[in-house]
This record gives sequence, structure tokens and C-alpha cells, in this order.
Amino acid sequence: MTSTAQRAGQGPPPVLQLEGITKSFGAVKALGGVSMTVAAGEVVALVGDNGAGKSTLIKTIAGAHPRDGGTMRFGGEQVSPRRPVDSTRLGIATVYQDLALCDNLDIVANLFLGREKHHGGFLSALDMEEVAVGLLKRLSVRIKDLRAPVSSLSGGQRQSVAIARSLLGDPRLVILDEPTAALGVEQTAEVLELIERLRAEGHAVLMVSHNLADVFDVADRIVCLRLGRSVAEFPVEGTTEEQVVAAITGVADSSAHKRRKLRRDRAEEGRP
Amino acid sequence: MTTHTATGPVGPARATAGTPPPDTGNWIRERVQRLRTGDLGPLPVILGLVVISVIFQIANGRFLSPQNLSNLSLQIASTGVIALGIVFVLVIGEIDLSAGSVSGITSAAMVVLTINHGWPPVLAIVVAVVFGAAIGLFHGMIFTKLGVPSFVLTLGGLLAWQGGQLLVLGNHGTINIPYDGTIASLANTTLQSWIGYVIAAVYASAAVGRTCLTARWRRERGLAVRPFTGDLVRDGAVTAVILAATVVFSRWHGIPLSLLIFVGLVVAVDVLLRGTTFGRKLFAVGGNAEAARRAGIQVGTVKVIAFTIASSLAAFGGVLAASRLFAVNQASGGSDILLNAIAAAVIGGTSLFGGRGSAYSALLGMLVIGAVSNGMDLLNQTSAVKYVITGAVLVAAVVIDSLARRGRAASGR
Repeated sequence: MTSTAQRAGQGPPPVLQLEGITKSFGAVKALGGVSMTVAAGEVVALVGDNGAGKSTLIKTIAGAHPRDGGTMRFGGEQVSPRRPVDSTRLGIATVYQDLALCDNLDIVANLFLGREKHHGGFLSALDMEEVAVGLLKRLSVRIKDLRAPVSSLSGGQRQSVAIARSLLGDPRLVILDEPTAALGVEQTAEVLELIERLRAEGHAVLMVSHNLADVFDVADRIVCLRLGRSVAEFPVEGTTEEQVVAAITGVADSSAHKRRKLRRDRAEEGRP
Repeated sequence: MTTHTATGPVGPARATAGTPPPDTGNWIRERVQRLRTGDLGPLPVILGLVVISVIFQIANGRFLSPQNLSNLSLQIASTGVIALGIVFVLVIGEIDLSAGSVSGITSAAMVVLTINHGWPPVLAIVVAVVFGAAIGLFHGMIFTKLGVPSFVLTLGGLLAWQGGQLLVLGNHGTINIPYDGTIASLANTTLQSWIGYVIAAVYASAAVGRTCLTARWRRERGLAVRPFTGDLVRDGAVTAVILAATVVFSRWHGIPLSLLIFVGLVVAVDVLLRGTTFGRKLFAVGGNAEAARRAGIQVGTVKVIAFTIASSLAAFGGVLAASRLFAVNQASGGSDILLNAIAAAVIGGTSLFGGRGSAYSALLGMLVIGAVSNGMDLLNQTSAVKYVITGAVLVAAVVIDSLARRGRAASGR
């Protein structure tokens, strides 16, 4: 599963492979060369400070902002999604932070929004509900009434519905933008569990997050962006939060880091 | 949150996301819960109708007489069809203030074509509706391409099409249509009562069959079987209303054709809104346009179509109004027609905020407005009193809508 092995030509190519992606908005260089891979059955966390280019990068992959330079390979094939629909067709599903659910519609309607099952324009309500029940069961998403409007759901359930919706097209890559932001402890656990299930089903998952605790909980690898460049990559195994924070901020010993180190040293030495 | 451990002969997709098996107590509890959380449905307006009927019947014994009820149903049909069109624009969260003027100019075009130019009446009616569709298309294109707020755009339309109507009518001012012509027959034909009984029978068997079949299909597919006592109660109530209306109409001249046309359109629009992909798109656009766009829905196209349908129905409403009046004049489509149509949709439960509404709101709301207006006439009240009361009913309906919205927000629905 390690990407180095795949780069060396063993096994299938990674689902997503980016090389030197660049993107500018006028004079502002948002991405100055990002390289990374995501393999099937792997959760890669994309971390970085505000303005590091995380959102721009996922929008580039999703086709919302076509890239200026660099190569993007999807399943080994070179691709250039220019519109969101292009990436959807390739098998890339993106769940943005604002989820884009219709509060006035029920859960089944939201899951199938824009791709309703129908016979000659007439909705096949039961077909859709059957698929929805199966899908949510597979993902162990527990929602009592599928006919309830989405506005009645908790934040975690809404996130789960949004993620479940992205899976309906059976994508190979699922991009999640801050999936645990603004969620409570229990709801966060629920969503992380769901992400693990995506990995178990063999989806490649690229997850943007600010929350390092969540990243360490669920990710296999961490890719760190700083000022529009991919500056570091860590396997979660054997990496400490300090290392990641240092890569994010670009400062080996920030004051927060120093304080934490001091605290730890004190604890080790048994001083008060 | 109930998690079933699958017991018994259940399908492979036995729901984790299931509800408990049906029982009546559960259904009532669910209903009460829904009411509490601000999901009022058509209940307030039905209650309102009952209250209005009782008050007017007490004040004037003729209110519920067959003659008056027949009269009432003739009065509401034309504006009701316009209100049905308004539902489309309200559902996408927009407004159409030009519907009255559009009904005026298109019906004016119709009579000029058939009376002054000798076109066959049916062709003239078709042209009027197509003319309405073209106006709606025009509104929709300007609205989506140039981004003019629908309120301002259709306010301009209200004035401009009214001016157009005066131009079309020319210096005649009023053009009469023959009493025995095709156009006049729309609002002045009554049907024999057996048709009403047939409709009741067809409706009852279709509704009950549908309810039972749906329950069976759900069981076969291993989906949670929802309690359907409520559906059966509703089916029975609607059948009873159809039968009662038939009996009442048969004791006067018969079933008014225009009412039948109106109700037929309401049913068709209901199927369109709730049962088709297009209807789903309308609600999605009204609920969250950005989400709809990201889901691949052509938001602009959906809006243009909504405006087109609204104006087409407005045009057909104008045809019915002309038929009932036996004429089109400079005041056709003016006065309080537009506001009554919008008020009807809102009173019936279509939200002004978009994303919520139903075809039946046009029928129910129009019944309320028609009943108030008709009852006031029976009591020999002036227009002044009528306007005040109708306005108060409208505000009451919007207050109920806002309170229900607040209730939904508070309970997170």
C-alpha cells in the first residue's frame, strides 16, 4: 500500500497522482508546485495553515478551478478536469464543507439530488429508498426516518448524508473538506468511523482537516502544504504531532511547541 | 434511534434506518409531533374554511345553499388557475407580479383573434396560452440572464402588459364574446351528476389501491412499512368531499365544467410537483439553489421553465375569466385578481420563502378567498369591508406560515 512501492512500478498505479501542480489567481500564486499521491484503500490527510492552498488544491482536483501547470494522473491516466462534472465522470466525489444539502427535502431526495431514479420523468420513489436504505446500512449510518427533511438531522448525520451521497456514483476517490469541523465529540467519532469504512471499501480518501487529533485518528499518511507547496509527507505511524505542526508552520520551535516541550520535559523529570 | 436486530423473514436490505411496524397510536403520535414542530400541512386552512363556512352560514342561511356553492366554485376557477401558476414561482423562491396583467393581455389577444379576425375559438385559446408561455419565457430569460430581481422585473411586467392589453383592445374598450360560443361554454357548462359519482369511485379505488399496493411493495422490498391509517383516512375524507360536492351541485344546475378543469389542473400540477424529476428540481432550487447547481441541476433553466408555466397558467386563467364574463375589457386581469391569486397560494400553505408548497394550496387558498368574498357579498358588504377582511386573512395566513417556520427552526426541521 505504500506509494513508493507503486511508484517503483509494482502493483496498480495510485488512484490520484499529482506532480508539480500550480495555480495562480491573477498575481496571487495559490499553488506553487504540489506533488502527492493517494492510493486505493488509503486515507491521506491534507494539512496546512490557513491560506496554504488546501482548498485551492481540492478545487483543482475537483475541476472547480482548472490547474495552470503540472500533471494530474487518475488511475494512471493523465487527466485535466475543467468543470466539476468532468471530475464526477472520472470518479472523483467531493464533499465540501458547506455540504450543499437541501434542507427542505428529505434524506432520500438529498441522496439522489440531480440523479433521481425515474421512469420517463416520473420518480421511482421506492427504488430510490431501497438503494438509500442499503447504502446507509452499509455505511452504518443510523437515521431513524429517511422521509424526514434534512433540516431535522444533527451535524454528524448531515455530514454522513453528504458523504453517503458522494458514494452513490461509486467514485474511486472521495475528497472530504473539513469533515469534522463544527461537530461534537460523538458526531466526530461517527464521521471518522464512516471514513474508516470508506477506506475498508477500497475508496481512496483525501481529507482536508485542521484537526490534527482527527487526522492522527483516521489517516494513513499526512501531506503538509505550506505557502502553496507540498513541503512534507509523513506516515502516521511513528510521527508526532510536533513534527506535523513544525511542518505546517515552518518553524521548528514555535512558542507553543516550546511550551509543550517544556511541559513534557518537566513531567519526565518529575518536577512540579 | 432504533436499531433492529433482523428477525423474521425480512429482505436483505432490512433497514437499520427503519421505523417500527405500523400501528395507529404511533401514527397519531407522529402527527401530533409534526404539528408541534410546525409541520402544519393543510390543516390550518381546512380549519379556517370550516370556521368561515359556519360563520357565514349563521349570518346568512343561503351561504351553503347549492346555488351559492355552485356560484362560489365558478368564481374561484379562473383566479385559482392563476394561483396555481403562482405556486410554481413561489416554490423556486421568486414572485410573479405580472400574472394578472398577463391573463388580461392574453385573453384580450384571444378575443381579438376570434371575434375581430374570425379565428376558430379553440385555436384562439391555444394562441392565448402560447402567448402567455412566450411572455413567461421572456420574463424568465431576462431574470436569469440579466439577474434582475423577479419582484422588480414582474412589477415592470405588470404595467407593461397592462399597457399592451389596452393596445390590443384598441378603442373598443370592451369586446364581447357570444353566449353560445366555445369560449363561453368553458365557464358556463355544467355536467350531469353521474360524472361526479364516477370521479368519486375512480378516485376512491385508485387511492385505496395505491395506498395498499405501496404498503405491499414496501414489505416486499424489505423497506420499513409506514402506518397507512392516515392515508386511508385522507382518502376517505377526499372521497366524501367529492360525493358531497356532487350531491350539492346536482341540486342546482350540475357540476360546473370550469371547476372540474381547475381541479383537474390542480391534480396534474400535484403529480408534476411531487412525482416527477422536474418537480424535485423545482423544490431543490427553491430550497438551496447552490446545492442544486452543484448536484448538476441547470438552475437557470428550471427557473425559466417555472416562469413559463406560471404565465401559461395565468393566460389560461384569463381565458376562463373571459368565458365567465362573456367579454374581455380594459379591466380584465386587473383589480385584485393578482393579489388574490398570490394570497390564495400563500393562504393555502405555499411558503413565500421558497422550497415549500403544493398544488392543493391554490385550491384550498382560493376556496378561503372565494368564501370570504362571496360571503361578504351575501351580507351586502361593500368592497371596502371585503378588502379589509381578505387582507386580514392573508396576513393571518402569513403569520401562521412564519410561526410554523419558527417552530420548524426551533425543533430543527
